[in-house]
Amino acid sequence: MRIENKVFNNTLYIAIYGELDEYTAVYTRNELDKLIDHNDMKRVVVDLSELTFMDSTGVGIMIGRFKKLKSKSIPIFIANPSKTVDKIFSMTGLYEIMPKIS
Amino acid sequence: MKVENEMTLIIPALSKNESFARSTVAAFAVEMDPSLEEINDIKTAVCEAVTNSIVHGYKKQQGTITINGKIIDKVLHITISDNGVGIEDIEMARQPYFTTRPEDERTGMGFTVMETFMDTLEVLPNENGGLKVIMTKTIKG
Repeated sequence: MRIENKVFNNTLYIAIYGELDEYTAVYTRNELDKLIDHNDMKRVVVDLSELTFMDSTGVGIMIGRFKKLKSKSIPIFIANPSKTVDKIFSMTGLYEIMPKIS
Repeated sequence: MKVENEMTLIIPALSKNESFARSTVAAFAVEMDPSLEEINDIKTAVCEAVTNSIVHGYKKQQGTITINGKIIDKVLHITISDNGVGIEDIEMARQPYFTTRPEDERTGMGFTVMETFMDTLEVLPNENGGLKVIMTKTIKG
């Protein structure tokens, strides 16, 4: 599990590499919160092209980050999910709160 | 109906074993020549059940999870059981978004994910306490 980021045009870009499950949940949650707290941005884009596995634990983490950002009125978007991750996001209704962008 | 192949995996209920558990079941299913999508569906469903045993069944305390896989006529049968606290109202727990731990950022979507990614899902009390989850999936390849 590895998380990279950059800020460009008032956008915080986050890329998650690896597998997101119960074991990597704490690290992922903490890293995402650090990035959200320590950057100044108007929106967040999470690139999932290198996220090779995710279950509903990952969905919970994303909803938690959405709530945190919502309190600051910052929108969050999802980019490049794999087919399986896309399936989980669609069935749990996650795209309704964090739209998919290309 | 002849069991063509079978495996049993017994692991401590540790979250670091989730990856091992889902990969092992996926490797077991490979002889059925599944598509990549089917492999990912199986991995996700197994991981949901194992996470449920660790987080809900054993409350992250010590315990053992038993995973059994069987191949019968192009159908993969997976049974995941624990001896944890079990679930009092299984019918309610199976409802989408039902969770006893919203403060932990739990979605309550575990059983719904298993149901969606597999063909059948049975959730039963385990003999001697705990929970037993039985899932099947026909592998089309």
